[in-house]
Amino acid sequence: MPVNYPPAPKHTPRWMIAVTLAAMVGIPALILGAVLVATPLLQPGVLDAALGFGPETSPWTRDLVYVAAVLGLGFLMVNFGAIFSGAISWYERRVAGRIQSRIGPNRAGFLGFFVWIADAVKMILKEDLVPAEADALLFRAAPYFVLVGFACTFVVLPFGHSLAVTDLDVGIFYVTSVTALTVVGILISGWSSNSKWALFGGMRSAAQVISYEIPAGLAIFVPVAMAGTLSMQGLIRAQGGFPWEWFAFRNPAALVALFILFTSQLAEANRTPFDLPEAESELVAGYLSEYSGFRFAIFFLCEWGNIWVLSAIAVTLFLGGWQIPGVTAEQIDAVRGAATVPALAWWGWNALSLVVFTAKTLVLCNVVVWLRWTLPRIRVDQMMGLCWKYLVPIAFGCLVFTLFWQVGVGARPQLEAITGGVLFAGAVVLALLFGRRVRLNIQAVQGDKFDLSNW
Amino acid sequence: MPKETVEQYIGNVTDTVSSFWHGLSITLSYLLRRPITTQYPDRTELPVRDTLPPRYRGFLEVDASICTGCQACERACPIGCIQINLEKDAANPKLRVVTQFDIDEAKCMFCGLCVEPCPTGAIQHTREFEASQRSVRNLTFRWADPENPFPVYKVVKGAEYFPRAPLGSILRARLEAKRWDAPGPEFLPPDPNAAAPKKAGPGAKAAAAKPAPAKVAEAKPAEAVQAAAQTAAPAEATAAPVAPAAPAAAQPDGGAAAAPTPPNPGDGQPA
Repeated sequence: MPVNYPPAPKHTPRWMIAVTLAAMVGIPALILGAVLVATPLLQPGVLDAALGFGPETSPWTRDLVYVAAVLGLGFLMVNFGAIFSGAISWYERRVAGRIQSRIGPNRAGFLGFFVWIADAVKMILKEDLVPAEADALLFRAAPYFVLVGFACTFVVLPFGHSLAVTDLDVGIFYVTSVTALTVVGILISGWSSNSKWALFGGMRSAAQVISYEIPAGLAIFVPVAMAGTLSMQGLIRAQGGFPWEWFAFRNPAALVALFILFTSQLAEANRTPFDLPEAESELVAGYLSEYSGFRFAIFFLCEWGNIWVLSAIAVTLFLGGWQIPGVTAEQIDAVRGAATVPALAWWGWNALSLVVFTAKTLVLCNVVVWLRWTLPRIRVDQMMGLCWKYLVPIAFGCLVFTLFWQVGVGARPQLEAITGGVLFAGAVVLALLFGRRVRLNIQAVQGDKFDLSNW
Repeated sequence: MPKETVEQYIGNVTDTVSSFWHGLSITLSYLLRRPITTQYPDRTELPVRDTLPPRYRGFLEVDASICTGCQACERACPIGCIQINLEKDAANPKLRVVTQFDIDEAKCMFCGLCVEPCPTGAIQHTREFEASQRSVRNLTFRWADPENPFPVYKVVKGAEYFPRAPLGSILRARLEAKRWDAPGPEFLPPDPNAAAPKKAGPGAKAAAAKPAPAKVAEAKPAEAVQAAAQTAAPAEATAAPVAPAAPAAAQPDGGAAAAPTPPNPGDGQPA
C-alpha cells in the first residue's frame, strides 16, 4: 500500500548539496565572468578593429553595430541585477531567520537556496489580475517605469577597472536622474490601482523619495567636490586602494556624508526602516496591494535589485570602488598593451578589481539586510523630521565644510593623509569595540555560544 | 509645537547613534547564535506523536472488536460527528451487527465527551494528528464496513478488562494505507435521471435534504440530523424505500428546489 510520505531524510543528500553549491557559486561566477569578458570587448574601438571598420564605412553600419553591442551589454547587466535580486531575497530570508532565532527557507535545495527560483515560477504562473475599476493602462504600465528606473542605473555602474557599459561624464548625476523614474512608477501604481491602500502607499512614497533626494544629492556633492568630476570611473580613480585613501576617511565631512547618503538611499529604495509605502501592518502592501503575478514580481525584483545599486553607488563614491590596494589605475592602464585585445595581465588585474568591487558591495548589502532586521519602521512624521531637520542641514554643513577642506588640502596636501590615517584607525577601533560588544551579548545568554550550525 | 533646544537636537542625534550601536550588536549576536527552532518534521529526534503527553486528544480510534454498539458515544457527541447504525443479522436474528460507524474527524472538536460514556473503552483518543487530506471527505473514518458488518461485543458480567488492541495501532494502519491525495468518496448516489451533470448537483443536494424528515419517524433524533447533513451511501441503503424515490421526485423542479426551504429536520423532533 502507498505510504503518505517517504520518511524524511535526516540530512540533505550529497548530490543536492553539490548541485546547490554549484549553482550558488556557478551562477554569479558565470554572469560576472560574462561581464568581465564582454564589457571590454564590446567597446567601439575593439569592434572597429575586429570588424575592419575604417573611415570609409557608412556611419549607419557603425552605429547599428555599436547599438547592438550596447544592447547586448545592457541585457547582460540587467540579467545580473535580476539574478542578484533573486539570490539576495533568499539570503535576506535566511539572515532574518537567524536573527529571529529561527531557520528560514530550507526546503528547496541545500539551505533552501532555490527558493527564489520557486518564487519566480510561482509568480509567473499566477493570474495577472487587473482590478475592475482600475485605470488598466497605467496599472499595467507602472511596473515598467520601476523596472526602467532600476535597469538604467546599470549603464554607468562600474564593476571593475574597465568594466562598465559606458563611462558617462555625468555618471552620478545620470544615476540620480534615472532612479527618480522609480517613484514615478510607484506613484502611478498607487494611483491607478483605485484602492485607498495603494494610493496611500503611492503618496507616501512620493513624499519620501522626493524629500530624501535632497540630502542624497547634497551628500553626493561631497565626493564630487573632492574628485572634481561627476564620472563614476573618475570618482573611483580619484581614490586609492588602501582604506585611508578612500574618500570616506580622507575628509571627516565625507564620513558623515557617507552615512547621510546611505540613509537617504535606504529611504529611496523603500527599505526598512523607511518601508512606509508598503507598510504591511498599516497599508496591506501599500502601492503593491492590487498587484499579482508577474507585475508583482517585477516590483520586488527592482526592490531587491536596488540593494545592489545603492551599495554599489556608496562603494563608488566613498569606499574606493574597484581600486586594488597597492596597484594604481594607471599601472593597470599601462599593462593593457597596444593590441586590439588587451594583454593577459590586464585581464588579470581587471578580474581582481571585479572581485574587490563585488566584495565591497556585498559587505554593504549585508549591512542593508542587517539594518532591516534591526530597526522598526519609523512613523511618517519621524521620517519627514529626520530628513528635513537632521539630514538636510547636516548635509549642507558637510558640503560647506568640504569646500573649505579642499582649499585647505590645496595649501597643505599632507592634511588628507593624516586625516585618512586617524579616521581609519578610529574606524578599526570602533569595529573592535563593536565586536567585543557582540561577544558580550552572546556571552550574556548562559551557555549560548557562538554557533553557526542548525542551518 | 514646543521649541527644540540645541541640547535636545544634539541629544537626538547621539541617541540615534547609540541606539544603532546597541541594536546592531544585539541582532548580530543573534545572527551568530543557534536558532531555537527545530525543523518539523525532519529534524525532530522522535516522531512528534511520541513526544506528546499520554492524555493528548488526537484523532479518535474505535476498536470494533470490543464495541458494544450502545451508541453512547453518538449521543454524547455535542456536534454530531459520530453516526452509528445497527441492524439485525440476517443469519442470526438474535445478533445485532453494526453496519455503520462513521466519525467525521473534520467536524470533531476533540472534546473527549464520547470517550467517557464508552463502557468498554472501544472509542479512544489517540496521539495521532498528522493526517491532512486533500479531500475533506476522506477525514470521515468508517470503523464499520457496510458490506461486512461487525457483531456487537457482549460484555461478560463483572468483567474488569476488555481485550483492546494497542491504542493507536488500528488508526496508524489506516492512516498509512490512505494516500493524502486520494480522491474523496462519492457520498451522493449518481442520479439515474440526470441528463446534464451540471443540473444534477443542486437537484441531488435538495434530494439529500428531503428524505431526512421522512426518516425521522423511524430513526433516532440524533441520527436524523446526521442523515440530513451527511446522507452517506450506507445510510441511503438502509433507508431503501425512501432514498431511490426522492431524487426522482426532486428532479423535475431541480432549479426551484432551493427556493422553498424543506422543513428543517430539527423541527418537531421532540414529538
